[in-house]
Amino acid sequence: MSAPTAENENTPTLAARIGRSEIPVVIMAFVFAFLISAVLILISNEDVRQSATYLFARPSDFFRASWDAIVSAYDALFRGAVYDYRARTSTQAWNRLIETLTVATPLIIAALGMAVGFRAGLFNIGGTGQLIVGSAAAAWVGFGLSLPPVIHLIAALAAGIAAGGLWGGIAGFLKARFDANEVITTIMLNWIAVNLLAWLLTTAAFRAPNVLTPQSPQVKATAMLPRLLGDQFRLHLGFVIMLLAALFLWWLMSRSTLGFRFRAVGENPRAAQVAGISVGTSSFLVMLIAGGLVGLGGAVNVLGTEHSLNDGIAGSIGFDAITVALLGRSGPVGIILAGILFAGLSTGGRYMEGQGVPIDLVAVIQALVVLFIAAPPLVRRMSGLNLLTRPRRTAAAKEA
Amino acid sequence: MKLELQGITKRFGSFTANDSIDLVVEPGEIHSLLGENGAGKSTLMNVLYGLYQPDGGRILLDGKPVSFSGPGDAMAAGIGMVHQHFMLVPVFTVAENVALGHEPTKGPMLDMATARAKVREISERFGFDINPDSVVEDLPVGAQQRVEIIKALSRRAEVLVLDEPTAVLTPQETDELMQIMKQLRDEGTSIVFITHKLREVRAVADRITVIRRGRIVGTADPSAEQSELANLMVGRSVALQFDKEEAPTGETAVSVRDLTVVDDAGLRTVDNVSFDVREGEILGIAGVQGNGQTELTEAIMGLQKNVWGSIRLGSTELVGRSTKQVLDAGVGFVPEDRTHDALISSFSVAENLVLDQHNRRPFGSALSLRLPRIRKHAQEQVEEFDIRTSGTDSPVGSLSGGNQQKVVMSRALSRDLSLFIAAQPTRGVDVGSIEFLHRRIIAARSEGTPVIIVSTELDEISQLSDRIAVMYRGRILGIVPGDESREVLGLMMAGYTAEAARAEVASGSTLANEELAAEGDIA
Amino acid sequence: MNSTAVSRAPITTGDSEVRLTEAKGRLPGWWKMPAALTFFALVSLLVFGIGGVRGQDSHFTIAHDSMFTSMGIPTEITVPSVPTAIVLSMVLLALAGFAWFMQATNRTWPRFAKPALQVGFGVLFAVAFLVWTVAAQSLNIEFLLKATLGLAVPLVFGALSGVLSERAGVINIAIEGQLLFGAFGAAVVGSMTGSPWIGMLAAPLVALVMGALLALFAVGYHVQQIIVGVVLNVLAVGLTSFFYGAVLKPQAERYNVPLRLPELRIPVLADIPLIGPMLFSQNILVYLMWVIVAVCTVALFRTRWGLRVRSVGEHPQAADTVGINVARTRWSNVLLGSAIAGLGGATLTVGTNVAFTQEISAGKGYIALAAMILGRYHPVGAAMAALFFAFATALQQNLGILSSSPLPAGVEKFTVPSEFLNMLPYIVTLLAVAGFVGRVRVPAADGKPYIK
Repeated sequence: MSAPTAENENTPTLAARIGRSEIPVVIMAFVFAFLISAVLILISNEDVRQSATYLFARPSDFFRASWDAIVSAYDALFRGAVYDYRARTSTQAWNRLIETLTVATPLIIAALGMAVGFRAGLFNIGGTGQLIVGSAAAAWVGFGLSLPPVIHLIAALAAGIAAGGLWGGIAGFLKARFDANEVITTIMLNWIAVNLLAWLLTTAAFRAPNVLTPQSPQVKATAMLPRLLGDQFRLHLGFVIMLLAALFLWWLMSRSTLGFRFRAVGENPRAAQVAGISVGTSSFLVMLIAGGLVGLGGAVNVLGTEHSLNDGIAGSIGFDAITVALLGRSGPVGIILAGILFAGLSTGGRYMEGQGVPIDLVAVIQALVVLFIAAPPLVRRMSGLNLLTRPRRTAAAKEA
Repeated sequence: MKLELQGITKRFGSFTANDSIDLVVEPGEIHSLLGENGAGKSTLMNVLYGLYQPDGGRILLDGKPVSFSGPGDAMAAGIGMVHQHFMLVPVFTVAENVALGHEPTKGPMLDMATARAKVREISERFGFDINPDSVVEDLPVGAQQRVEIIKALSRRAEVLVLDEPTAVLTPQETDELMQIMKQLRDEGTSIVFITHKLREVRAVADRITVIRRGRIVGTADPSAEQSELANLMVGRSVALQFDKEEAPTGETAVSVRDLTVVDDAGLRTVDNVSFDVREGEILGIAGVQGNGQTELTEAIMGLQKNVWGSIRLGSTELVGRSTKQVLDAGVGFVPEDRTHDALISSFSVAENLVLDQHNRRPFGSALSLRLPRIRKHAQEQVEEFDIRTSGTDSPVGSLSGGNQQKVVMSRALSRDLSLFIAAQPTRGVDVGSIEFLHRRIIAARSEGTPVIIVSTELDEISQLSDRIAVMYRGRILGIVPGDESREVLGLMMAGYTAEAARAEVASGSTLANEELAAEGDIA
Repeated sequence: MNSTAVSRAPITTGDSEVRLTEAKGRLPGWWKMPAALTFFALVSLLVFGIGGVRGQDSHFTIAHDSMFTSMGIPTEITVPSVPTAIVLSMVLLALAGFAWFMQATNRTWPRFAKPALQVGFGVLFAVAFLVWTVAAQSLNIEFLLKATLGLAVPLVFGALSGVLSERAGVINIAIEGQLLFGAFGAAVVGSMTGSPWIGMLAAPLVALVMGALLALFAVGYHVQQIIVGVVLNVLAVGLTSFFYGAVLKPQAERYNVPLRLPELRIPVLADIPLIGPMLFSQNILVYLMWVIVAVCTVALFRTRWGLRVRSVGEHPQAADTVGINVARTRWSNVLLGSAIAGLGGATLTVGTNVAFTQEISAGKGYIALAAMILGRYHPVGAAMAALFFAFATALQQNLGILSSSPLPAGVEKFTVPSEFLNMLPYIVTLLAVAGFVGRVRVPAADGKPYIK
């Protein structure tokens, strides 16, 4: 956002205009995140550390080792995330991008749910819990019931939405009825869900027979999301559901009366209340819809990608969804792009692990990107972007 | 101590809040800084107090230039400030608040005995009657203000800045404050008294500086004519009177009986209130801020939780209804704080205009909005109310205060009205818009709508109302005709019943107050 | 007002204290706390009492062989399960009834009476639960209490970190990350130097990194504090797991050796039955915990520093206008808090003879957050809540042992799944934030960036 009034004072140069927009901040946020991660790669690399011990004797060794470490890591990241040019067949090469989209699917759906909360001024930190109950309900319908093909799938998805909605709705109810802080309640509900799942997986209804690890039976074929591109690719119908969910978010937030209410409550709850909008009801509905979407993400994950329930089913999707929603500025297009980006980092991270770089570096990159983007002034200062935009100070101002 | 400001300039982006302001305050003088809301008075004082850094100019104390990087420096130099919004920590005791920032200590521990003694000493010197162990949030506003003054004095302030100190006080409390100011002056303290109320300035100031749109537009003696000061302050002649025709009043449309509102702390903010409003009648509710007027209007609107009694609109009972149901019953409402209670600043003008009707025909259905209709409606309203905006899609936050208020007013009036309630309808609005908004209120009355106006400005109440109810500590002390004298209203605002106030005025014992009250009080 | 300076006394008098008439009747929500107590008392009566295993005894070991036992204090006590649980439940019901009486008649509680009632209720409820679940078996209470304290240490330090930063107005969701960094720092530095003591001292310094990042973004750049906290936790997990995978695991003997701070046993006192081992046979971190809780309490409520910190958390503008540097106060409190949380993290590695592993904090930071809220942003309250949560965990671990020990022939009983005991802290916190444990007053400016 650039204030038109500010521009009247001194006509901005083109550089200043670019410097002021958001795009360079996003780009520089990624650059800094990758630079910092490069340093981490160096610290952790055995060759680099060894060559550092005789840095002054033979500096070239150190720099060569450093270069090799960084290039091989980021090259693996790219091959794993987008296009593996070293693969033997083009199917295998492109499989990585398809895999990225597969991983992105539940993440984006969950992030769309998170965005509903953020747009309505609620901090739903309960993605993990809502995903878990959504996955568990969908999985149970998937392996526990026998229904005709299409109906079975729809029932399983609906169960995921309902369970996620219930879990979000609890927090929404506590907020609406008792004014309980949703940050705290959703965090608590996460851990309740984690323990609930752990317990469920010990019960006869959920525990697969003859398996040592806590794991449920596979969902029946009738409840699985069909694959879209044949059996060699994991991409499934969930991808289409994800696109529909994004469309739904757009409609909800910019065309529906409900979304109008959500946004009003999010921006100024008091004014909304005075205009006859019930803030409590709105909070409850927001959490219900947000939880439902996240639950759908969990259902899609278990019915399309994982096919059975285990105690790590939610993985880091719950928290990643928060960062994706933030990075995507809570808008449908932004979230899809951010989700694919983060999913790419995850799939690429697995290739990077082959180069001796732990996949956890991906979490570091993601966290750094979000932190940097949340603080544009920091990025501008670090990258010198503010030198482009800073108006020439008048002498009078300096004197003071 | 002599305070001089030379060429102080302060900008916020492209907006110049203070434009090379010069000001001299002599020792032992009450210097009044007079100006409308938003003229730049508070900005100037925040510069003086080190809260803002000036973009130009300098501050001199006893002839020596000083620069303050923060309020700490200003205080150390002997400047004390009583802010418009009190700078008191609500959960702390009086002693803790007074001590904060220069706490007496005994070893590593706080020495609260000394802090208490300090409060008692100053409190006794000025007859304040403040208990150092009271928790500030339990104190009435008048007492909180005295705590602020104690705070400044305990830091040995030689220049005391009072920023709109009378806004929250009854006329009687205002008189007391003025006595305190005079006493302080006589002891040698310089006082900068910021206000927009002419009569107070004339009663207490030794010198007057008038500020408008960030510039000094003139200085005056307290003996200056009121109209002269008013002209200086607003920049053009102001019609202090407003004509309205007698209107035939109709049936009783609204009847409130035994209404009681209790807040979360268990206090009765509205205490057993009863009144009627007839069709085509304006009932003015007068009173000092914080005497239950806000809660009364909120109770009618279904915005208060603990409400007892009855509010009947025609044959409909409103107590126990949701805000939405009240609005659907045809009540139009202008809340007192437009930015906080009425508008969503990031929403467009068009969206704000349908905030309370977005899911009703023709603007929307249960499911989705009808954007073309919303846009068309906005264009009509912008034209009808002369709302100055770059477009109906601009965020309402980018509009001036007067135009924002027009948006609120137009929204409230654009429904089928069975009752119109406006709280502080012209607060912080420029003079031109005030006239326009007042005409719209009269127009609603002429159509036969019952109207309730809540205002803390006596003039506004007197000009608009057919009858006036005065609220004091949650109660209505009496309902008097719209042409009741200022003195009587002033006394009622301080807790007199109508009869007692009239008797008091008749006996002539309120000379000091009469002198003040007889004069107009604009803005 | 009796005024000498003011010329005319107004007709209204005595306006200094009472503004408006106090309404007769009760505050909204007055019923919540007694209702919650009644619910738990009924659970106790129906499940632990009437639903207990009839005709069986519960055995509790309360002392070990020492000079005290030789003086005649028994090492074990035995109570009949069902009658004991029923008696305890009756007491619980009586307490709930008392709470109904106090709230319904709108009486003011004496100072500390409400928390005392709640703590007492919690203790009795726990005893009733123990009596029920231990029926026909035996449990060592001394061990249980000692384990409780050990488990409480990271929670208490974490909760104190929360108290310190939130009292200054900065929401601290990043406790988890601070604990994790502390645990990591203690393990790595301890291993490299071979000394758990140096590891312990390094932990707060490493955790400072987390605090500095929180302060930088939340205070320096006014970023939404909840967001910063969540993302910092992701960052902390990512960084420590990354180094664990890249360095600590491959070269464990150099960087990640299990170490243990010695147990400092205080003679005689450590032999006191029941509480001796818990209080007087622990490592330095446990003793330090008591000291830090006490120091924090006194510092926050009795010193100049504390008054200023609280003013910054309640009304930063007021603090600013009297010359208190809001940003600096917030920075220093966040840093101090993170250092204390770092000590808590040290407990997880060098405090317990464990090498660092991925996500070793395992959500303890979030429990600490819950403890802080349940403890109403007060160091002592937070410590009590942390002890309660730790007790639940210790119990869950001990009951695991209990459930594997054989029952006498013919006795069948239901045991609570350990997952539900794990859930307990979170459920209690849900009730707390919904107002069922009395009103929690959050510092007014908590989470609000201060922009001049």
